Order: sequence, then C-alpha cells, then structure tokens
Amino acid sequence: MKFVDEYRDQAKADSLAQAIARITTKPWSIMEVCGGQTHSIVKYGIDELLPKHITLLHGPGCPVCVTPLELIDKALQIAARPEVIFCSFGDMLRVPGSGGDLFSVKAKGADVRIVYSPLDALKIARDNPGRQVVFFAVGFETTAPANAMAVFQAQAQKIPNFSVLVSHVLVPPAIEAILSAPDNRTQGFLAAGHVCTVMGFEEYLPLARKYHVPIVVTGFEPVDILQGILMCVEQLEQGRAEVENQYARSVQREGNRPAQQLMAKVFRVVARKWRGVGEIPSSGYSLREEFAAYDAEARFGVTGYHVDEDSECIAGQVLRGVRKPQECPAFGTRCTPERPLGATMVSGEGACAAYYQYRRHQQTSQTSLTAGKRS
Amino acid sequence: MCLAVPGKILDISGSDTSRTGTVSFGGVGKEACLAFVPEAKVGDYVLVHAGFAISVVDEAEAAQTLEYFRQIGELGELEDKP
Amino acid sequence: MADKSDLPFTISCPVPIADQDFVTLAHGGGGRMMHNLLERIVIPAFGNQPLESRHDGAVMKIDKGRLAFTTDSYVVHPLFFPGGDIGTLAVTGTVNDLAMCGARPLCLSAGFILEEGLPIATLERVVASMARTAKAAKVNIVTGDTKVVDRGKGDGLFVNTAGIGVVEHDLVIAPTSVRSGDAILLSGDVGRHGVAIMAVREGLQFQTTIETDCAPLADPVLALLAAGIDVHCLRDLTRGGLATTLIEIAESSRLHVDIRERDIAVEENVCGACEILGLDPLYLANEGRFVAFVPAAQADRALQILRSHPVSATAARIGAVSESPAALVTLQSRIGTKRILDMHSGEQLPRIC
Repeated sequence: MKFVDEYRDQAKADSLAQAIARITTKPWSIMEVCGGQTHSIVKYGIDELLPKHITLLHGPGCPVCVTPLELIDKALQIAARPEVIFCSFGDMLRVPGSGGDLFSVKAKGADVRIVYSPLDALKIARDNPGRQVVFFAVGFETTAPANAMAVFQAQAQKIPNFSVLVSHVLVPPAIEAILSAPDNRTQGFLAAGHVCTVMGFEEYLPLARKYHVPIVVTGFEPVDILQGILMCVEQLEQGRAEVENQYARSVQREGNRPAQQLMAKVFRVVARKWRGVGEIPSSGYSLREEFAAYDAEARFGVTGYHVDEDSECIAGQVLRGVRKPQECPAFGTRCTPERPLGATMVSGEGACAAYYQYRRHQQTSQTSLTAGKRS
Repeated sequence: MCLAVPGKILDISGSDTSRTGTVSFGGVGKEACLAFVPEAKVGDYVLVHAGFAISVVDEAEAAQTLEYFRQIGELGELEDKP
Repeated sequence: MADKSDLPFTISCPVPIADQDFVTLAHGGGGRMMHNLLERIVIPAFGNQPLESRHDGAVMKIDKGRLAFTTDSYVVHPLFFPGGDIGTLAVTGTVNDLAMCGARPLCLSAGFILEEGLPIATLERVVASMARTAKAAKVNIVTGDTKVVDRGKGDGLFVNTAGIGVVEHDLVIAPTSVRSGDAILLSGDVGRHGVAIMAVREGLQFQTTIETDCAPLADPVLALLAAGIDVHCLRDLTRGGLATTLIEIAESSRLHVDIRERDIAVEENVCGACEILGLDPLYLANEGRFVAFVPAAQADRALQILRSHPVSATAARIGAVSESPAALVTLQSRIGTKRILDMHSGEQLPRIC
C-alpha cells in the first residue's frame, strides 16, 4: 500500500537505527504520547533497534484507557435501556466499568453496535426513528472533527433521536501535567502525528520553551517513529528544545483549519478527569450550549457518578512514564487483559496491555514457559 | 489519536459539509467524508480516520523524506533534515 | 446449478413447493410436513444412495486403513457472506478437519436446527450450497437430522456436520510428531475469510467485495501423502487465524516455532481492509488455508506438490521449528526485529485507536 509500505522498510529502519546509535552519547528518556505509536513500537520491536542509553516511555496517549470509570458506567447504564441503540468504536467494547463492559451488556440483550464512523451511528438514527441512538464519542483531537460533524449534521438534518456521550481529551494539557510533576523523567516527546494533523503544532511551542524539552511531531509507522526519535535525540545531544515536524507529509503548522472551525462551533474546552491521573484543567471537550440537546448524559439523566479506582493499580505512574508495567507487582498476575485493574491494561494500546501481549515472556525463564505464567 | 490510513480518492460528490468521496485503500473502496479537505481532488491521497479525511498527503514532503532516508543509508552519516 | 450464493435458486422438481414459505414447529414434528421438507428440499439436493434409502443411518464398507472421525457445528452469522454461506462452511470445515488428519474424506452427516420463522427459501439456498460443496469435495452427505426450535431460540439456522474419512497411511499426523528442524509451509494468503465476515457482520461495507477463501483442502494433502512426504503435522487456520494455530502447536509440542512476516502473503485488498479496521491478518480466520510441518529436507518437494493444486498454488515456506525457547512462537517482523506472538484474549474487534 502506498504511503504505508515505504515506512515499514527494513533498510530504512536499519539506517535510522544506525544513525541514532552514532549520535547518542548520553542516556535519554523519550516519551511517545499516542497509543498508536505505543502499538507500533511494541509490535515492531523498535526499542530493540535503539542503543541501550535510550529509554522509551509510554505516555497517556490512549483515550480509551484514560476514559474515567464513571463514564463507562454511564455508558453501560444507557446501553442497557431497551429503547437505546448504543453505538461505539470497537475499542470501547471490552473496557470494564464497575461491573461488566459493553460486550457483556450486549450479551444480556442490549442493542450495542460497533461502528466505524460516527456518521454510521447517525445513519442508524435516521433509519430507526422509534429508537434512541447514542454514540460513545471517545477520542483525542483526531476524532473530534468526526464527532463534531455527526452532532452538526444531526442538528442540521433535525434528527432528534441521536445523542452523544462525550469523552474527549486533549494532548497538550496531558503533556504539561507530565512535565510539571516533580518525579517527571521525560526529557523529550514524540507528539501524536494524527492529533497534530488536526490541531497543528503551534500549541506545543510554549511547552517546549517553558520546560526546555524537544517535541517532535511523529507519524506511526516504524520508520516514522525511528526518524522522530533520531530528530529528538539530535536535539537532546545538542541541547536544543524546539518543536520539529517529522510527519510533514500530513502535518502542517496550523493543522486542519476547516476541522478546527467545526470543532470550535460544536465543542468547548472543559476540565476532564483522566483515569489514573486525575482531573486536568482545560483538558477535554464538552458540547456547547447550542448543541446541548444532543448530550446523552443530560438526555438520560446519568450525571453525578463517582467511582474509585483500584488501590493496587499504578496506572497513573505508568501513564506518566514514571514506572514501567513490569515493575507493577500485579502485572500479569492479578492484572491481565482479561481482568484489568486499571487504565493501562484495559485496551490493547495501553502500555501494560501492549507489554503483556508482546513482552512479558522476556521476564521468564526460557525453558519452561506456558502462556499466563511469569516468574 | 491514532488509526488514520492513506488512500486514493477515486471520485467526489457533494459539497461543504456533505462533500464525500470513494477512497481506495489497497484496492478496497470505502466512502469517506471529505468536508475537512476542500482542496482535495480526485487522484490525491488522503489520510482517513473514522470515515473522515483529515489531511491530504503531501507527496512532495513524502518524497523528500524518502530521499533523506536514502541519503543517510548511502552515506552512513547524519544529513541535514529536510 | 448456481455458482454464486446470490444467484436465484432453482429446484429441479417441477412440483411447486408446499404452501408454507416459512419453517414452522410443525416441520420438526416428524409428520407429513417434515417428511415433505426432506423429500422436496434435502434428499434431492444431496442425492445419494444411502440417503435415498431413508433409513436411520448409513452403512458402508471400508477396505483397509484407519478411520478418521470429526464433527463441527456451524453457527456463523450472517448466514450468507461474500463467496459462501453457512452451508459452504459446514461441508468444507468438516472435510478439512478430516484432511488435516491426513484422511480421505468419505461421507458426512448433516444435522439442522431450524428456528421457527426461517424462510424456506433460505433453507433451500443453504442445502443447495452444501450439495454443491460436497460434490466439489467428492463426499456424500449420507445421513442427517432436522429439528425445529421455537422462534427466538435459535439464530435462524444452525448446522452440525460430522465426517468420516479413511486414513490410508501409517503416519501419526499431530503436534506430537513435530520435530526440531521441521520446515513450516503455509498453503496460501491469509485473512480473507475473517475480513469477509467482519465486513458483513459489522456493516462495514466496502465497495470492493472481499470474498471468503473457503475451499476443500483434501486434494493437496492427499497428494503430499501419496508422494511419500513425511508429514508431521497439518492444521487448518480457522478461528484465531495463523497465529493462534501456530501457538497451539508450539504449546502442544513444547517446541519453538519461528516465522517470518515477509514470507506470509496477504492480498492487497485484505491489507487495505485490515488497515482501515485496525485488524491483524495473522489472527483472522481462514477457511481454505493450512500449515504443514515437514522435515526440512522434503520442504522443497512438498512445496512443489502443493503449488500444483489450485487451492495451494501460492504455498510458501514461512518458518522453522527449533528446540527453544520452548512452547513459544516468534515472528521476525518486516523490519528485522523479533517479537513473541501471543493469543488474543477474545475475538479481534475493529478499532480506531
């Protein structure tokens, strides 16, 4: 596939890995923010290609993982209603709330449907005027234009039986929360290429300046990530702290203006609770007053929940890159993808889940292994 | 967020917020909303996320990046970035 | 006979079908309605002597060799998908399980559980598919059963097929026969069936239809055995795909399986669909693909034989078996790094993250 295969090429990967090795003279800790980048790093074993001095940290870039327990519980409540057709991206189906997940609610008879696009959910609403269609609008800024368009079109086409359960989160406040924490280890960032495709990268300039960290907007294929790391290490070695753009084939400085305009029309910035991290000011989106009628929380009266996280879970520290999954006493034993204790094990993009899938065997003895056991 | 896939625009219809097109991903055609890429034309490659094109692939930039890889591969030392 | 499942079905019998358009509980009652259903639809479609004797069971003669016996139930939803349907699967799946034992498939049974309200036309279509597929696989459906359950107690139609085959060689074809040093051969490209089903089930309509790869596999397997290839293990790549199958074999045999991503073929349109949906083709179901574990010295000859059959024309060597790390499957990625393949906890779902 064009614009995909070229960035999964071994020769290019090797050249970049060698270039990184040549210029690295000191230890550096670099964080990638986006779950898709975590996925790629672990799937292609990118850290194997890097010199030992370079540590990759996996940040809170998984909107599925950081969706608070309360919101999952609200989703389950709404989905269980007989008049509701609950539509969601596949990612959210197996995320457990306080008791069960969307998959199990579906097994008990709820009408839960996976959709590829929020416009598919809108179409379901048009085709089923007698039912209430609710779409679980989860995501970073990348997905906000799509969700905004669905709400915008619902209003324009006067579709009353459609609403959205919003769980949008923003990347720059998360980066600031990480950098401002006293135990921060991150020295450089790979910013999320598709988030920046929508938002541009101007909002990262003050962060780079204030905290003196290089930020490289990076793509998702292994070659993109290696080039992003190379650019970041180069800055670190040279003592620079600038925002650079590795993903120039998709990202422009100002981002996608038409998308931003529609988002500004439909959404306003609010404080949001991040699972495992806590509340971060100005870190999420909510529907504006003009579109409040499409807010599922209000429509179904599911406001005012509060749920506590499991006390053993160290997801917050993992999300900020302060601890690694394998350092958690519950990793692979009391906490597994089938029975996750917290945010970072719940979806395949979470750091703990990604490590569980690809890496945990490396912790155990080579001669006596069975899936599910670890030393 | 993450999964956006590059595909080639085969046809376009509608305008403004109802602008849509068929995008081909390795031969598989799927409809995508093109409202956020008003400058995109038939034959362009776009990145599609959740049924929406969020950018037009800048082929010149892509070519430059690939050329850069070729250079560092050949010379085996760090070049100026594009 | 129709070649594609979406062409209108035609029956050979000129007498018009009974006045019912839908299956009712009466059709399961053992009386005249059930009798008519079998006489008009099932028996003529499957057309063979044991079935036509209309006895409780079929008796046949086996000259020599061992018997292979297998069963599977088919509950696929939707019933019809690009390139096939539950009937195609029900015959192919069981025929292939026999082939994976190194057996020549002989005959099948077919048990139907029909939900009250199922359109008779749907049953006709499925039965026609089964007849067509059985003929292509050179097996007869010699006995069977039909039950009807209340509306709401069945997903339209469930099918169970059991199959008997004859094993005409002395090999033990099983994970326990896999040896360190064995070559791993893959019969063709992967991912098609999983994508075909996912596309229809999740309503993720593509404008280019991806069809299932569903196909009987006995011919290339029997050819390998006839040529004297020392086949250690065979497995078809159904639920969970290539990755899960290899993990199961590695765990059963307590050996190490190592494969190379660049040697595993995935059609470009399947790639495209997987990219959009965020699916890994290595974990997607296939219904017409298998892996074979053979001694390394015989690998080239085995490939030659496989490639001479249409269903395995693009067979390739994808990896090898070694002692350690035991019970693990490793994949050499396209960029030259290695990772361990592990089972997914559930079925893959489309994702956008």
